[in-house]
Amino acid sequence: MNIEEIKSAITNKFSGSVIENDELSKNQIEIKGSKWLEVATFMRDNPDLSFDQLECITGVDMGEESNLQSRYNLHSMEYRHKVEIVINHDRKKPEISSVEQVWRIGDWFERETYDMFGISYKGHRDLRRILCPDDWEGWPLRKDYEGQESYHGIVVPKIKEEEEWE
Amino acid sequence: MGVVQTDQMVLNIGPQHPSTHGVLRLEVMTDGEIVSQIKPHLGYLHRCFEKHSENVTYEQVIPFTDRCDYLASMNSNFGYVVTMEELMEIKVSDRVEYIRVIMGELNRIASHLLALGVYGLDIGAFTPFLYMLRDRERILDMFEYTCGARLLYNYMWVGGVSHDLPKDFEKICIGFLDYFEPQIEEYNNLLTYNKIFIERTADVGVIPADVAISYGVSGPNLRGSGVNWDVRKDEPYSIYDRFEFDVPIGEGKFGTLGDCFDRYWVRMLEIKESVRILRQALKDLPSGDVHQALPKKIRPPKGSIYRRTESPRGDLGYYIISDGSPIPSRVKMRSPAFTALSCLDEVSKGWMISDVIAILGSLDIVLGEIDR
Repeated sequence: MNIEEIKSAITNKFSGSVIENDELSKNQIEIKGSKWLEVATFMRDNPDLSFDQLECITGVDMGEESNLQSRYNLHSMEYRHKVEIVINHDRKKPEISSVEQVWRIGDWFERETYDMFGISYKGHRDLRRILCPDDWEGWPLRKDYEGQESYHGIVVPKIKEEEEWE
Repeated sequence: MGVVQTDQMVLNIGPQHPSTHGVLRLEVMTDGEIVSQIKPHLGYLHRCFEKHSENVTYEQVIPFTDRCDYLASMNSNFGYVVTMEELMEIKVSDRVEYIRVIMGELNRIASHLLALGVYGLDIGAFTPFLYMLRDRERILDMFEYTCGARLLYNYMWVGGVSHDLPKDFEKICIGFLDYFEPQIEEYNNLLTYNKIFIERTADVGVIPADVAISYGVSGPNLRGSGVNWDVRKDEPYSIYDRFEFDVPIGEGKFGTLGDCFDRYWVRMLEIKESVRILRQALKDLPSGDVHQALPKKIRPPKGSIYRRTESPRGDLGYYIISDGSPIPSRVKMRSPAFTALSCLDEVSKGWMISDVIAILGSLDIVLGEIDR
């Protein structure tokens, strides 16, 4: 299936869930966050789509003033087609349903994205930091992240602002 | 005699334990010697690869990728530069492509040799490890001869490679292959057909195909479960579509499909396929310039790309977002060992502690890549 057919399959089942956005590249589909769990389950179980593999979840910070995003790369072992789902989150309260029980690898990918961006995955059974220590403060990969001044008595040296890259 | 009291016990394996293949801590819940749950604790080697990448230029990311998967740095480089070239729509010369494939496959052999040797070591066979390291050494010598480094190469650049091959490299490499191919039979005699080894690995830690796919397990681990998926064949990048090679998949040689032995055996067969690819590549190696397509300044157009390549451990994906400046806006590495480790809990349930070591070893994880 190509990207247009995948898109129309989703629209037929969940009308209004796909957001048209010209800025997306050609293999991306933007979806409203509110119905993501249902859409994800549909995409896995529908015999024509059969997206049985969640290849990657990438958290993205679009800039200090704009949204956070989760990007899901899905792939079908049966039909060998793939698609990328883009979901926007409100920066103040980034929340999205967890797909941990749809694809089992979602568990660790979501924990990683939570760890780095603070996006909270509702319904995840064990949402805690995975790479950073449990008591780390802040969300390191956000563009407005400021490092801690000290961590367990270890003072973090301040880095001088370097000159702009040409 | 009273009733025997049974109780759950927590056993801590690692972080400093040789069979965790790095600094990984496993919190194992056991009932007697039977494992009921495993909680892996990661992050001991977290070096903020993705955060660093947002503060350096695109070329400067390449040395960081070396240090993620330090057993197959060439393949880490390869994945990154292929992704970058696809984003920038650069076409590199044929010689560069061939050199990259040669280096990638040599590194795959080196990485698999270490994986298989260490796996024997985990299970108690010391000798094969030394034999395999002896031959891996010769591959590292070839890398050193080419680019000066033995482990962390920084060899592949966007648009080219750092050094051209030395004049007599082809002769040395063919000499190595002629020496190496009969050695595979020696490994088999030493380890593969050893009765104790088969007893320890066959039927142990079965990963059914659907579980493997759901956990995103990839590479030799996935093929060990009988799924025919190889990025080199199914989503060809670079020039892999020009070579003839088979994709070995598990078949339950001595036990159930998808057990530890199958994963081991797939790696052994893959080494032979890599040798096949190498012979073809060396035969067709064209002449030319290796710096021709090197851009003076890397400034990719606005946009994002996700590309995966086949590293020795599986699907190595890079997600790169460019905002048009010389510094990447986001670099994400989808690491195959990370996904492989995530299924450990489910696979190990009901097995004994010694089998957990066998299962963990068969997944061939590299902690540098898991923690990034």
